[in-house]
Amino acid sequence: MSISITETTETGPKALAAQDMVDPRILAERRDRRLRIVLPITALVAALLLWEFLVWYNEVPHYLIPAPSLIAKTLVTDWSTLMQSAAFTVKLTLLSLALAIVGGVLLGMVFALSRPVEMSLFPFAVILQVTPVVAIAPLILIYVSNTFYALLICAWIVAFFPILSNTVIGLRSADHNLRDLFTLYQATPMQRLRYLLVPSALPYFMAALKIAGGLALIGAVVAEFVAGTAGQNTGLASRILESSFRNEIPRMFAALFLVSLLGILIFLITSWLSRAVLGHWHESEIRREH
Amino acid sequence: MTNFSRLEEAPVLIDMKDVDKQFGNGTVAVKDMSLTIRDGEFVSFLGPSGCGKSTALKMISGLLSVSRGAITVNGHMAGQSPDGNDIGFVFQEATLMPWATVFENVFLPLKLHGLTRRDARERVEEALAMVGLSNFAKSYPRELSGGMKMRVSIARAMVTKPKMLLMDEPFAALDEMTRANLNDQVLSLWERHGLTVIFVTHSVFESVYLSSRVVVMAARPGRVVHDIPQVTGYPRTSDYRLTPEYVESCRRVSAALEGTMDHVDINH
Repeated sequence: MSISITETTETGPKALAAQDMVDPRILAERRDRRLRIVLPITALVAALLLWEFLVWYNEVPHYLIPAPSLIAKTLVTDWSTLMQSAAFTVKLTLLSLALAIVGGVLLGMVFALSRPVEMSLFPFAVILQVTPVVAIAPLILIYVSNTFYALLICAWIVAFFPILSNTVIGLRSADHNLRDLFTLYQATPMQRLRYLLVPSALPYFMAALKIAGGLALIGAVVAEFVAGTAGQNTGLASRILESSFRNEIPRMFAALFLVSLLGILIFLITSWLSRAVLGHWHESEIRREH
Repeated sequence: MTNFSRLEEAPVLIDMKDVDKQFGNGTVAVKDMSLTIRDGEFVSFLGPSGCGKSTALKMISGLLSVSRGAITVNGHMAGQSPDGNDIGFVFQEATLMPWATVFENVFLPLKLHGLTRRDARERVEEALAMVGLSNFAKSYPRELSGGMKMRVSIARAMVTKPKMLLMDEPFAALDEMTRANLNDQVLSLWERHGLTVIFVTHSVFESVYLSSRVVVMAARPGRVVHDIPQVTGYPRTSDYRLTPEYVESCRRVSAALEGTMDHVDINH
């Protein structure tokens, strides 16, 4: 009896651990990865079920808080109008983001090349950034007759600044010894930009892109709120406003759901892009070797 | 002394005449520095921090301008060599591009001079073989140890086949074993390739072990206070560290260095 106990407590577990050194770790990792997907989904579904139950149990009227099932039904019945609005918001967001990237990177390069230009123009960029877009939007809507362009300018203002400031910081962040090295080997300004400054700036730019992606969507929605529901070609914010006027709360939730979904999609895409661009420097080549 | 007759007759490679360096904030980093370095010498700049040894090195490479005086390197004003190929520079940190492979990092100087990857491949591989890293061409810097990164940095400096290797406290951040190993590698590169090396360090032992000449510098203002030739011949191996000559040299150089420290304290 005593012998068998010592065997199992001392040699048994150790031998097991040594034999299965690799397997449990991989398994644990796999389990961890699965949990990272399964847990949040379970929690979300549970929350939705609880919501559904509480609404049904307390008989909350749908014009106060609609049940998730009703929101889903609204999504289906109003699919075509909602999709049209979503397409409008997507177009506005992506276009303003693209313009913010072009403008931010170009101006950032000019700033990084010339201190005097940066010192003279940076205050304007800061003023644009710190003034709430809600406050400027009415003016822009007055000056720019085409509503779409007005909205585009509003969303662009919000998304532009992080790209600009991170590009400037990124281009300046190159290691000073590496700069000396490029000087020593008499690199041309173009070589310096291409082989040193741009790669050094890329992590900063990708971080800015993640922020600017979300901000472009917020800018697009906020600007549309200010613009109101005028015009037939309008986005998700107009659907929310319109539903609010008509007390169509389920539709409001459905539009809100689509806005969140867009935000999440933008976040996922920019995160993936960042990993694809930066991870390549460190990881992709190693995998090929194995 | 017999070992050094060739050095005494060798042509002058670097000539510093009455060089001052004053920075914009008024700090005098180097004062009245005159120094002649001949082809094939291994010279250490030894001194406490703030003695201007790194500044002197950067002025020789042309990375910093002189405030007064003149530096001639290989017949040209410092930093005005027609091709930037005759100087290899090794910084205190390995200073590699983290986004590029070891191959790309060593290829960089040749790329900046307009060589294509195909034309440069052989020379890059040769430089990597010099430091024993042929198998790591595809690795990224972050996968290497501190000593290996430093070897990549040396390979990059050697890839242009320079006449001079300027090293700015290159092994200060490494552990003792790695450092001793790299010291031997630098010595063997110097001997095999007929290099001229200027080696900035604050280690007496390192300077005595490596150099044919130790230039001792003092701070405030940075200046040369002693110029001590090292009479022991080459090749030197780790056995040299156990000889009475080595101990005696270390003692002399230490005494010279301590003299500079006292001088600083009295001045205060």
